[in-house]
Amino acid sequence: MSRQTTIQTILAEKHLDQNPECWLGTLGNIKTDQVRQELSKPAGFFSFDRLLVLLSPAAEEYLEQMAQQSQRLTVQRFGKTIQLYAPLYLSNVCVNSCRYCGYNRTNAIKRTRLTIEQALADAEVIAGEGFRHLLLVSGEDRAFITTDYLIKLAEHLKRWFSSLSIEIYPMAQKDYESLFLAGIDGVTLYQETYDRRVYAQYHLAGPKADYDYRLQTPDRFASAQMRRIGLGVLLGLADWRLETLALAEHAAYLMNKYWRSQVSFSFPRIRPARCVHAQWPHLVSDKNLVQMMLALRLCFADAGMVLSTRESATFRDHVIGLCITQISAGSKTNPGGYSSAKQAVEQFEIADTRTPAQVAQMICAHGYEPVWKDWDVSFSKSC
Amino acid sequence: MKPLIIADRQFSSRLFIGTGKYASSRIMAQAIEASGTEMVTVALRRVNIDDENDNMLAAIDRNRCQLLPNTSGARDAAEAVRLSCLARAASGICWIKLEVTPDPYYLLPDGEETLKAAEVLVKDGFVVLPYINADPVLAKKLQDVGCAAVMPLASPIGSNQGLKTKASIEIIIRQASVPVIVDAGLGAPSHAAESMEMGADAVLVNTAIATSADPVQMAAAFKMAVEAGRIAFETGLPPQYAAANASSPLTGFLRDEL
Repeated sequence: MSRQTTIQTILAEKHLDQNPECWLGTLGNIKTDQVRQELSKPAGFFSFDRLLVLLSPAAEEYLEQMAQQSQRLTVQRFGKTIQLYAPLYLSNVCVNSCRYCGYNRTNAIKRTRLTIEQALADAEVIAGEGFRHLLLVSGEDRAFITTDYLIKLAEHLKRWFSSLSIEIYPMAQKDYESLFLAGIDGVTLYQETYDRRVYAQYHLAGPKADYDYRLQTPDRFASAQMRRIGLGVLLGLADWRLETLALAEHAAYLMNKYWRSQVSFSFPRIRPARCVHAQWPHLVSDKNLVQMMLALRLCFADAGMVLSTRESATFRDHVIGLCITQISAGSKTNPGGYSSAKQAVEQFEIADTRTPAQVAQMICAHGYEPVWKDWDVSFSKSC
Repeated sequence: MKPLIIADRQFSSRLFIGTGKYASSRIMAQAIEASGTEMVTVALRRVNIDDENDNMLAAIDRNRCQLLPNTSGARDAAEAVRLSCLARAASGICWIKLEVTPDPYYLLPDGEETLKAAEVLVKDGFVVLPYINADPVLAKKLQDVGCAAVMPLASPIGSNQGLKTKASIEIIIRQASVPVIVDAGLGAPSHAAESMEMGADAVLVNTAIATSADPVQMAAAFKMAVEAGRIAFETGLPPQYAAANASSPLTGFLRDEL
C-alpha cells in the first residue's frame, strides 16, 4: 500500500462503492471445490479472493466447518472470555434525516438531551450493574453534545469506568485528539452502506448525507491515536455479501495504515423504530449473518466482534461461542433510560431484554468468563 | 532441582503462569494449584489491583505465589511507566512484567520503548522483567540497565508454535547474567521441556494451559515437563551423534582375561 492510497481509491478500484453488483456473478460462480480448498488453508488471514469464496452461496453448505475453525481461532486469540459493555445514550436530537432511524429530524418525537448531571445519573446505574466499559452514544447533536461536553463528562466517568468509547457524529481530527487526551480512546462509526447510490437514497439531508466525509472519519480518529476502531454496516440496506467485501477492505486498509489500533466489527441488523415504516429490500437472515461473521473471522483472527442487544437472546446465546468477543447487556437506547422514570424515545427497539446479571450468567453457562474490565484508566494521559 | 532466584526471592517452581483466557477464575485457580507455580502474572487492565476482593486476584494464593502485574496493552514507554507506577501506588507491589506491544494484532514487543521504560522503572526501584523479542543484544542492554530477568518469546504470543527462536534464545542464555525466562508461544509440554533442557531458567505459559480442553490436567503436564527439562539440564545431557553408535564395535573382542 503506497502512502497516497486512500480508502476511496481502494473501494473505487474494486467498484465496491459504485456498482458493487459486478461481483455477484463471481460470487455465484464459486464452486464447492474452491470452498473446500480455501478451508484447508491456515485460517485468520485476509485476501479479497479468500473472502469472496467464504462469502459465496457455495460456502453456505460449509457453515459448520467454518464455525468450528472460527471457534478455535477465537478461543486461541481471545480465550474463553466475553467482554461486556453498556451504551449510554446522551441525546436523541439529530440534524440528519436517515430513513431507517427513530432519531430522524423529521420524526415528530419528544427530544431529550441529558445534562452532565443527568448523564451521570444513568452512568451510576450502569456502573452499579458491574460495567466498566462504557460506550457514549448520541444523535448528530453538535450544538449540545460538544467536544467540551464530552471532555467534562469523561472527567467524571473515569471514576467509575476503566474504558470510554464514543459512537456519535463524525468529528475533526483535533476534536478526536482532545477527546483522546481526556481518556476517550475508542470510536465506533458505521458507514451504514458502502454503496454510494444506496447511501444517497437513505441519507436524505443533514451533514451525514456526505458519504466521503463519513468514509474518511476512521482515518481521522485513528490519526488521533484512538486505540479501538469500530466498523460496521447497517444490515438491510444493501446486499450483505457486497457490503462485507467493502467492510473488509476498509478494515484491512485501516489495520495496515494505523497498525497501533485494533479494529472491531459490529453487525447491526435493521430493527423496528418509532415513525419508521419503510420496507427493507435486503433483510439479512440469521444464516446469512452467521456466514458474514464467520467469513470475517476466518480472514481477521485478531478483530474484535461485537453483538448488541438489537439481536434476540436466542441468537446471541448461540453465536457467542462462534466468534463474538464483546456484547452489550441490559441496554437502554433512550437518553435517561437507565435512571429516569420518564421514558424518552429510543433509537430502535431492543430485542434481548435480559438484565446484565442474567446475560453474565448465560455466558458462564456456556463455559466462558464474563469480563467486565479489560482496560485501565491509568492508560489515559490525563490520569 | 536448584531453586531459582530473581531479585531477592527464591522460587522452587520454574513454571510461571499467565491468567488470561480462562473460562472462569475457579478453573484458573485449580490450574495454578496443579502447576505448582510460585509466580503468576496478571494484566493490570484486567484487575482492580488495589481491591483484594477482585474476582481474579482473590483466586490467587498470594502467600504461595509472587504476583507479577504486567503492562499488557501499553503502546509506548510512557504508558507502561504510568501504568506501573499507579499499580505500585495502589498495591505496594514493585514487581512488574514490562510489556510494550504497540501492535494489537501480533502483540510483538517494541524493543526500543521497552528499554526506555526499563531504565526508568529500575531507577525508580521496580523489579523489572521485560518481555522481548529473542534479541540477544537487547537482552544484554536490558541486563545492563538493571533488569532482574529477561523474557524472550519462543514464537508469537498465543500461537502455540513452540521454540521458533531457538538459535537466538540459546545465545541469550549463553550470554546472560540474569535469569532467562522463555515466554510466549510454548504450546506443548515438550516445548517447555526443550526450553529447560537448553538452560532456560524458567518458562511462562498461558494460552496452552488456559485454552486446553482440561486446563488443570494440562497445567500438571507442564509442571512435569518443566521439572524433567530442568533436571536433565542440571544433570547434563549426553552429546548427540550423527550416526548410530554401538557400544564398542571395534574393540568388543578384547577381554581382560589372560
